[in-house]
Amino acid sequence: MVVHTISGAAPGRRTEHRAGWGLVAPFLVIYLLFLVVPTLYGFVMSFFNGALVKSGLGSFAGVSNYLEALTSADFWSSTWHTLLFTIMTTPPLVIVALALAILTDRMRHGRWFFRLVFFAPYVVPVASVALIWTWLYTPKIGLWESWLGAVGISAPNWLGDPNWAMASVALTTVWWTLGFNFVLYLAGLQEIPRELYEASAVDGASPWSQLWNITIPMLRRTTVLVLLLQAIASLKVFDQIYLMTEGGPNFATRPIIGYIYDIGFTDFRTGYAAAISTLYFVLILTVSVIWLLVNRRQLREV
Amino acid sequence: MATSTTSRTPAVATPARTKPAARRQIVDAKARWFNGFCVSVLVVFAVIWALPLVWAAVTSLRPEGEIAVNPAAWWSGSWTFDAYAKVLGTGDIQNWYLNSFVAAAVTAILAVVVCSMAGFALSQTKFRGRRWLFALIGAGLVIPPQVLIVPLFNEFNTLHLLNTYWALILQALPAPPIAVFVFAAFFRGIPAELAESAHVDGASWFRIYQGIYMPLTRPAVSAVFIFQFVWSWNNFLWPLLVMTNTRMMTLPVGLSQVSSAYGIHYAQIMASAVLGALPLLLVFVIFQRRIVEGVATTGFK
Repeated sequence: MVVHTISGAAPGRRTEHRAGWGLVAPFLVIYLLFLVVPTLYGFVMSFFNGALVKSGLGSFAGVSNYLEALTSADFWSSTWHTLLFTIMTTPPLVIVALALAILTDRMRHGRWFFRLVFFAPYVVPVASVALIWTWLYTPKIGLWESWLGAVGISAPNWLGDPNWAMASVALTTVWWTLGFNFVLYLAGLQEIPRELYEASAVDGASPWSQLWNITIPMLRRTTVLVLLLQAIASLKVFDQIYLMTEGGPNFATRPIIGYIYDIGFTDFRTGYAAAISTLYFVLILTVSVIWLLVNRRQLREV
Repeated sequence: MATSTTSRTPAVATPARTKPAARRQIVDAKARWFNGFCVSVLVVFAVIWALPLVWAAVTSLRPEGEIAVNPAAWWSGSWTFDAYAKVLGTGDIQNWYLNSFVAAAVTAILAVVVCSMAGFALSQTKFRGRRWLFALIGAGLVIPPQVLIVPLFNEFNTLHLLNTYWALILQALPAPPIAVFVFAAFFRGIPAELAESAHVDGASWFRIYQGIYMPLTRPAVSAVFIFQFVWSWNNFLWPLLVMTNTRMMTLPVGLSQVSSAYGIHYAQIMASAVLGALPLLLVFVIFQRRIVEGVATTGFK
């Protein structure tokens, strides 16, 4: 070993080359087998009439799976539900998280307490969240109905009414996942130099104008990050909808992953399910590319 | 820096000296009022956020008969652990705990080992094909695991790995490959002279990775470990597909069957929900700072 390093650059290079590949190998094998291969395999599947109950790809279908998806009302309605959920959850999950982070950051004492309260729901498994919130929403006996009744408002049938079901799931999601964005904002606030506030206070700036002229502009990078991470996360919605409404009532809340799940694992049409997955991936990719462009600089630093 | 503060000092002093005391009091009162307003808003939101979990815990400790009469109450005449005894005594919940724990722990350990090795190689060694590999792994960042459920299910079915821990572990390891980048970024921050001097002393690359770089990356190790663990523990869709045998279910998948199994026994349903939430809530309370730092520095989601 010592001989190698002393005897010149060439053998050192070779051991470095071998060591590099050797250290990457375990990850690379798993990565190829369980990410790259299924990605390619899924793409190939989408051109065949595969069925889950039979092995093999099935008969060649050409682009007929794609044509079927693009002309299917179920595909478009599930895509719309996914987008609707994203539109309903992203603004509150960014704005409320920002507002609560700014308020928490102002506190001299008990910051840990607010961090605990707002972030805690994020670590609760989705099944627990669904059990608790389904009961909160239950007609006649749920907590929300009894509270609204106490102030004289008649509550909607939260999860049972097609017009309310998606909003109800969105509300649950805001409660459940807000803590993540809240923590990203708290970290962003820590990076704003205190001198900026001190200097503006000397100039007689009110807390309100400090908020608009210092805090929010200085948080722009964090906001872009939070916004795009949130949009991508919301576009992947499945779990809480599956658990709380099963996509109902009357498919009014079924998101695109729910559609893939139903087609692939209830109807067993894997080829068609793979085609929908590919179309869905294009949707996610569009948002991800924006994210990568925004974060290009950070990635290059790695 | 120093000049700006000295030049500003008179500006601070002058208005403070000339400002009448009465006006300063009004400003102080206004600021105090504003602070009070902020605190109240924050406390109201904190109460709203704590409410569902507290209410679930309260309900789980009330007798079923009392809940049937008054479901939305916050207090009980007779607190009881009855629901917990029933859920733990008759259900499969111990199995689900064990399955979730084993799968999450093994996934997290393997992720740390495998991703740190890859991160070290990519950031510290110069091997041919490195740039190409970087691009390949980077491309994986944009592939959501949800897109792969159909081909992955076929693959695991062919490999006869359904209803085994391997189905959970092997699916979770490559995605998200962000762990590799987290490690690579941390290793970049360690001075290269350390590796060079170890090299001169004749240490192998693996020794340098294991003996010098790994001990210096505790923050990255704990961030990746905690996140992989939490992510595995809370993962739902994939375990739902591959763990169909009740004995092999993970906690979230098992809990999803609970409400149909217990019908209208709300104390038992809430006890199950609390039991599902408890382990990670405890982990979070203990490692709060680490987890929050991890979220802030890596942006895992």
